[in-house]
Amino acid sequence: MKAYARELAVAATILLVLALLATTTHGFFTVDNLSDLFLANVPVLIVSLGMTLIILTGQIDISVGSVFAVCSIVTGVAARAGLPVLVAMLIASVVGALLGSFNGALVAWMRMPSIVVTLASMVAIRDGLRWQTQGAWVGDLPGSFQRFGLSQTIYTVLMLVIAALLVVVFIVGLRYFRGGRNIFATGSNEAAARILGIDTNRVLFSVFAITGLLTGFSAALNAVRFNQIPSNSGIGLELKTIAAVAVGGATITGGSGTIAGTVLGVVLLGIIGPALTFLGVSAYWERAIQGLIILAAVSVNVLSHYRRRQVSHA
Amino acid sequence: MQNVSSNSAPPLAIAAKSLTKSYAGVRALRSGSLELLPGEVHALIGENGAGKSTLTKIITGAIQPDSGELEIFGQRITENDPNRSRSLGVAAIYQQPAIFPHLTVAENICMPLEREKSSITVDWRSRKQRAKELIQSIGANIDPDRLAGTLSMAEQQVVEIAKAIGAKARILLMDEPTALLSERETEKLFALVKRLRSEGVAIIYISHRLEEILTLADRITVLRDGETIACCNACDVDRAKLIELMVGRSIESVFPKRSVVPGEVAIEVKGLNNPEVGLHDISFSVRKGEIFGLAGLVGSGRTELARTLFGITPVHTTITLHGHEITIGSPAQAIANGLGYLPEDRRQHGVILDMSIASNITLASLNEVAKRGLLDSTLEQSVAEGYRTSLRIKAPATDTVAGALSGGNQQKVALARWLAIKPGIMILDEPTQGVDVGSKSEIHELIVEFAERGMAVILISSELPEVLGMSDRIGIFHNGTIVATLNREEATQQKVMSLAFGHEVEA
Repeated sequence: MKAYARELAVAATILLVLALLATTTHGFFTVDNLSDLFLANVPVLIVSLGMTLIILTGQIDISVGSVFAVCSIVTGVAARAGLPVLVAMLIASVVGALLGSFNGALVAWMRMPSIVVTLASMVAIRDGLRWQTQGAWVGDLPGSFQRFGLSQTIYTVLMLVIAALLVVVFIVGLRYFRGGRNIFATGSNEAAARILGIDTNRVLFSVFAITGLLTGFSAALNAVRFNQIPSNSGIGLELKTIAAVAVGGATITGGSGTIAGTVLGVVLLGIIGPALTFLGVSAYWERAIQGLIILAAVSVNVLSHYRRRQVSHA
Repeated sequence: MQNVSSNSAPPLAIAAKSLTKSYAGVRALRSGSLELLPGEVHALIGENGAGKSTLTKIITGAIQPDSGELEIFGQRITENDPNRSRSLGVAAIYQQPAIFPHLTVAENICMPLEREKSSITVDWRSRKQRAKELIQSIGANIDPDRLAGTLSMAEQQVVEIAKAIGAKARILLMDEPTALLSERETEKLFALVKRLRSEGVAIIYISHRLEEILTLADRITVLRDGETIACCNACDVDRAKLIELMVGRSIESVFPKRSVVPGEVAIEVKGLNNPEVGLHDISFSVRKGEIFGLAGLVGSGRTELARTLFGITPVHTTITLHGHEITIGSPAQAIANGLGYLPEDRRQHGVILDMSIASNITLASLNEVAKRGLLDSTLEQSVAEGYRTSLRIKAPATDTVAGALSGGNQQKVALARWLAIKPGIMILDEPTQGVDVGSKSEIHELIVEFAERGMAVILISSELPEVLGMSDRIGIFHNGTIVATLNREEATQQKVMSLAFGHEVEA
């Protein structure tokens, strides 16, 4: 059971918070509240899956928030131009994949540090978009745009199915496919991976491209929730996703981490804010408490890593 | 080559003839040859830098030779690379195993074996089964589900061997496999090596431990200065003969050593221990104007001693500097007490390549070129200019970046930095490693000048002629301590080498 200690600890914390909410407050466990909470966190969940891959290779991507904003606008503009919503979503996903590929190519083949590459992308894309849209929202969308013309309930169920499918695909892909194992190998010991003949450059490129694709796709899924699309969406998405991966137990230097952990990390960080509101704690505390959770999670990582080093040196 | 293989013999596993390899003009391998038979343990020995690792890297395809011939199982190899050599059955096990610490033992063993499979999925059950079988087949017992990062060095080596067996390796290259193993683990490893030999695997075994080689190896190839000197049957030679073969050369370069009348004792160390880095019972003293050489194999404790004295890996033991007892807890303290240290790895610890020559030189003595806490760049330039002239650093100006200089001139910049603190005691760790011949003799000349000016010099060098030619006295390291100190007159290459390999020398 030791192998899943982190997942169990996070799950226990989630249960604790939920138990607290169930016994001391009213209104948290309503269908409306829960589905709102879920829909608001779908993009975080989907992008976190990609972020897990990136962090497993020992890299990082802080441009996902900006990519998300661009892809949201792209979805709206394409739909307003008369394209079917599904085609608009496809275009947004491709744009996301291209932006991710750009980051990935610089990291993989130019060997540029990912934190610098994606910091540059983050700023350039966000400000490029601000200049292009002049801050204006995209409105005048066709009637079939919002929720694909589906009812609120069906749309929510559809999102649940998509999220669950993606999680399963990533769990299976990382565990049972060689491509997934190559990601672990690259992050654990890149030199040894190269000796094995693994094309580690391609691995690095792929994780960024996949994350870009997921960011574009989730932006499109999110855009259709409303009949207007803001030009400044996705702010802070990089922090939320990286935090979720870290809370889920992944080592920030690469090589170890699980999708299950990430999913639990998304859930914990997703419920903690509303939980505080329901518990009557000032909203100003929300980020501070999130920060403390991340700090606690990472400290546990460092400590267990330190202990393992001592064992292997003995 | 003393060995002749007859025509009736089985095909050679490896036939390497007159391989050469140069790095940036330095010849690492002049004429490397090796004949490896299937089913033999073939030891490869030589001093540090004799070309062992260059030769083995050519065999594994990690580097390409400049010229020469290489055949593996009768197949002429022109374009070698790690994949090609692996497909021919070559597997290498290095001192530091190349494992994935975050992955399980099963995955570490099976991942390389699955490279040729076309399947894109992973079958964990068969992986685990296969890893278990391979580990058992070599008589070991490791849980395939354990994370490789939690294994001991010996266990990691077992994983590496299991990997090699699984890949059906017919040529196994082992580089100092026992360096980090305990005696019991070593015995187990030997039993395993013998078993592989009986199954027809050809084993290249690199080690500094001559006893090991004489008991384990069938044949021994000796490399010296990048050349294959001899290939002999292990039963025909003894340790003395092997040492003679390894060092038997004339001192080619002339050393500018001039005798200096030594002054008072500058540094005295008595019974120094530093278990953290494997040092024990070290005692010696160096007088002003004296050059004290430290000889020994790589990893015998010479660099560790230098780092301990300089406070990088500090101990609480007191040492006596110019008659005062002190302990040195940090490099800053060492510098304050007049100790200078030119580290071994110039690029990693010495010169800062992105900084100018002047900034590099004044780095350890910024107070000398500062006024009221502010750097006086005019003063800095003039100090640097002084060293540029006196050390004959070949550079257009003192504001040239250090990275633009040749290795020899970078080394002089590093030297200048330590001279700028005006040290009473200077520790030089491999000061001429990777330096061209011209700069080398200039650096030798400078070292002699330091001594003449009354500095006490501690000179660490893996190049025997350099230690013998430059030092007044030589301390010989073996297994973390100085086992003997020889005067200039009594030191010979054979004696020093025997001591370094841990043998008693009849006085």
